Amino acid sequence: MTFKKLLLATALFTGVTVPALAADMTVGFSQIGSESGWRAAETSVSKTEAEKRGITLKIADAQQKQENQIKAIRSFIAQGVDAIFLAPVVATGWDAVLGEAKDAEIPVILLDRDIETKDPSLYLTAVTSDSVHEGEVAGKWLVDTVAGKACDVVELQGTVGASVATNRKEGFEKGIAGADNVKIIRSQTGEFTRTKGKEVMESFIKAENGGKGICALYAHNDDMALGAIQAIKEAGLKPGTDILVVSIDSVPDIFKAIAEGEANATVELTPNMAGPAFDALIAYKGGTEPPKWLQTESKLYTKDSNPEAQYEARKSLGY
Amino acid sequence: MSIVLPRKGSAQIGAFILILLINWLVSPQFFDLRLQDGRLFGSLVDVFNRGAPVMLLAMGMVLVIATRGIDLSVGAVMAISGAVAATLADSHSIVICLGAALGVGLLCGLWNGILVAVLRIQPIVATLILMVAGRGIAQLITEGRIVTFTSRDLAWFGGGSLFGVPAPVVLAVVALVVALALVRGTALGLMIEATGANAEASRLAGIDTRLMTVAVYMWCGFCASLAGVIVAADILGADANNAGLWLELDAILAVVIGGPSLFGGRFSLVLAVLGGLIIQAMNTGILLSGYPPELNLVIKATVVLVVLLLQTPRLIAFKDRLFRGTR
Amino acid sequence: MNQAESEASDLLRIRRLSKTYPGGFRALKTVDFTVRAGEIHALLGENGAGKSTLIKTITGITLRDDGEVWLDGREIHPRNGEEAQAAGIATVYQEVALLPNLSVAQNLFLGRQPTRFGLVREGEMGRRSRQLLQGFGLDIDVSAPLGEFSVAVQHIVAIARAVDLSAKVLILDEPTASLDAREVEVLFTVMRQLKSQGMGIVFVTHFLDQVHAICDRLTVLRNGGLVGERTVAGLPRMELVRMMLGRDLEAVETARSRSHRDTVVDRGAVPAVQAVGLGKHGAVAPFDMILREGEVLGLSGLLGSGRTETARLIFGVDRADQGELRVDGTSVRLLGPRDALRLGFGFCPEERKTEGIVAELSVRENIILALQARAGWLRPLSRKRQDEVADRFIKLLDIRPDDPDKPIGLLSGGNQQKAVLARWLATGPRVLILDEPTRGIDVGAHAEIIRLIRKLCDEGLALLVISSEVEEIVSYADRVTVLRDRHHVAELTGDEVTEQRVLTSIAAT
Repeated sequence: MTFKKLLLATALFTGVTVPALAADMTVGFSQIGSESGWRAAETSVSKTEAEKRGITLKIADAQQKQENQIKAIRSFIAQGVDAIFLAPVVATGWDAVLGEAKDAEIPVILLDRDIETKDPSLYLTAVTSDSVHEGEVAGKWLVDTVAGKACDVVELQGTVGASVATNRKEGFEKGIAGADNVKIIRSQTGEFTRTKGKEVMESFIKAENGGKGICALYAHNDDMALGAIQAIKEAGLKPGTDILVVSIDSVPDIFKAIAEGEANATVELTPNMAGPAFDALIAYKGGTEPPKWLQTESKLYTKDSNPEAQYEARKSLGY
Repeated sequence: MSIVLPRKGSAQIGAFILILLINWLVSPQFFDLRLQDGRLFGSLVDVFNRGAPVMLLAMGMVLVIATRGIDLSVGAVMAISGAVAATLADSHSIVICLGAALGVGLLCGLWNGILVAVLRIQPIVATLILMVAGRGIAQLITEGRIVTFTSRDLAWFGGGSLFGVPAPVVLAVVALVVALALVRGTALGLMIEATGANAEASRLAGIDTRLMTVAVYMWCGFCASLAGVIVAADILGADANNAGLWLELDAILAVVIGGPSLFGGRFSLVLAVLGGLIIQAMNTGILLSGYPPELNLVIKATVVLVVLLLQTPRLIAFKDRLFRGTR
Repeated sequence: MNQAESEASDLLRIRRLSKTYPGGFRALKTVDFTVRAGEIHALLGENGAGKSTLIKTITGITLRDDGEVWLDGREIHPRNGEEAQAAGIATVYQEVALLPNLSVAQNLFLGRQPTRFGLVREGEMGRRSRQLLQGFGLDIDVSAPLGEFSVAVQHIVAIARAVDLSAKVLILDEPTASLDAREVEVLFTVMRQLKSQGMGIVFVTHFLDQVHAICDRLTVLRNGGLVGERTVAGLPRMELVRMMLGRDLEAVETARSRSHRDTVVDRGAVPAVQAVGLGKHGAVAPFDMILREGEVLGLSGLLGSGRTETARLIFGVDRADQGELRVDGTSVRLLGPRDALRLGFGFCPEERKTEGIVAELSVRENIILALQARAGWLRPLSRKRQDEVADRFIKLLDIRPDDPDKPIGLLSGGNQQKAVLARWLATGPRVLILDEPTRGIDVGAHAEIIRLIRKLCDEGLALLVISSEVEEIVSYADRVTVLRDRHHVAELTGDEVTEQRVLTSIAAT
């Protein structure tokens, strides 16, 4: 199923079941900011998802500051919204303000990130992806693709200390755990950027006999992979053929690379966190208590998933 | 004179050579060179190629620091000019695209210079404004996404080459030669040093200290925008969130490694550029070494500390005494 | 007195002290120096004679190359100011090294505050501070910031702090340079008191009167070497000046004659510079002034009377907010020193360190600075041309050491002043403004500068000279304008130019 169809299906589903409840609902969304393309996409997808369901969505951009988020939540409470979506910038320090929301009987749904609290009743549910799982999907794909042949992998890590980087590394190692033929020979941080991804890849290639010793590249995000692809090309090698490229996020540009055969696979971190959250909210208003964690799907895309269409579907989302 | 010159900078040259040798030890193919698609290819080339942006920033920063100032906004200016270049690259000719990108850099420098020289805001505060706002401006231009382009003309500034030498290195060298000609071929160098060492006395001696100050910030902005173009051309796209992020600190560090104090006065363009190369040689070495990335900053900090210690007057005096003692 | 006896009363004994700076400049050549208990010992010499280096090597701020320092019969090797202080040598420098924004009491007890349970006992500190300063005849509010008090009080606080650290020897480096007569007397009282307590005091000064007023013995240095040690009582002044200058007194004597008054000045000609109602609010009241070529106009008055402000208006450093400045009869508007430079003006400011020299740059670069500024950045002076200009003025003004590549900050005050003068002479000015050209420099350089002023005047320059030395100003000025409370109150010409008349004008109410 393509992304578009998925959206369509979700819309139809909600439209049929609970039209009356959704129609005049107002939801406040405290968004972290717009620090990355993915974040911008999340915001724009949230808007379209709300529109589809006839929900009024108020978005407050916190510009990376918790105090702004707390202010926004208080103002949502004062306005008497029907629910609050929160993409928390940090994990701790939410008990007080979420307590106020609870007292006002406004359900809170966490998007994209979890919080640390002793009182899980402070929020209704959390819609997040599982970044360990994302790494695992990438690892499994590689094991399947090389099909028993020996494969030395170089890894471009995210920013040192970032939980996403740690998890995606752990997940990938889990994914290749059973296969002795696949092993990581070099691992460095590319700080999640194209520039660093390219620079680090250049050094990997030089350190591994002009790149001849490298079978595959695993990058913790697509941007680093896109930088690395250029480095591979400049070294006179063919990315996607001489060196397999697998990465995570599914930003539009990686689909171009996949279409051109320069990248092989990407694992999606969907920007559609709001969709499942709206569904859970509508179901909750209808009397169904959602589970405490709604894990989004970590979908794998390859050249067989119509990358051109994927690119078209994503390019206007704000990545 | 002949005794003074080699001594000045000997610590930096020594450190650079030492780091290159260490790189060679951790990675035996370090000095290997070959031509790849008409372009020199090898780890040593990477040091210069990857180091070009910081070399350019250091060239600009060293003059600002010579006037007792500092420019924290260079990273943000890189992001802005990169964004401008990438946005215009596919719709306009390279001349307009480049002119706009570099013009924006000059404009940013003019803004900083006016804040510092005319409104007399402390440089660290004045340039902090653009450091914070500049990245926002860059994000506005790119609308928060990575703007990619296909223009081969602009791409040359990152991936092209001249007689086998990567374009960023060519640009950095040209900028250095131009800077040297401007600063040492005219009286600008003396006037900048005088302004930095004693602005009031220089003003009373008839030097247009205000013009000097504005000029160095504009030069710094220009260098930053050229670095921004190179970085954008390198990845065929402008990443407003990450382009030049924290590079202002690398630039300041490069200048400090190159010798002059942050209190203005005497400066050396060549040593500042060498400072940038030392930082990059270290980065490249760390990447080649295969050490876990958690150690990156520790190694970097240690090396910088050693280079700086080598330059402290007390240690030099101690070294001299030791040397005299053995003779 | 036999050898053993004199050795016994010696408190501080320096033997064969030598210091050569990097670059080969021999600042001290095997100098002997002795201070007895209970004496005030003057340390004299021209700028560059080695006084500062001697003090610095005694206190360990500069490490000595050779020689011995004995304190109270024990050889000491201090490696910095604190170690010298601990050994018993207290030093108070010309620029008081205290913190003006802290209170007097805090300054006195900085680093050794009385504490209880880790907290500073403010009351105890204040009480002890008052007690300590009363011992010096000073009754002030010790809780007020030090910066609010006069330089004299600051000096006494610095002395009190230094002496309170159980000092045996106190070194005072030109403490009287910026004090007025009354303040000097207060300081002398303190010095006499310390002397009576058996302390040995080293007193560095330029004022020969003060040497006779308070010192017991003196030591003279010249060019880094020891000239001699004398007892002050009965030493003819002639003899002392000869020791210091190493030549006859003629130079100083002629500086006092007024022969050049005969120079013919065409009073009918259009004046080189004319101020008409020129003034700046809060700086100096509107004034008229005429400055002709070939004549010296003196500006006299107390510190803060508007002398420097007048000079700054004429040179365009500050912008006038009323009146008019005419050059050769044409009205001009100066937007900054650069405009004045283009008109052929020159200005040697009073604050040599902050407004005159660029310490880090070489003597050569300092000398050519204004010349280069006038040429503009696009037309750099060739190295050859720079060397020519620098060498010419180093010779002409006898700047020492005669190394054009030495950073000017390492030169003595008098030589720095000459270099700043050279900077303007190199531009071939027609109007030269000198603000306190002889301040803080030694007798020899003083005489040279005065001789130079007259020579320049004879060559047709228009000179505006500011000086607080009335005796000096009447010796070379053709006319003297007296300022009081930011107003130009009197102009004396011809026979009126006498010390008496100037002083009367300054003192009039």
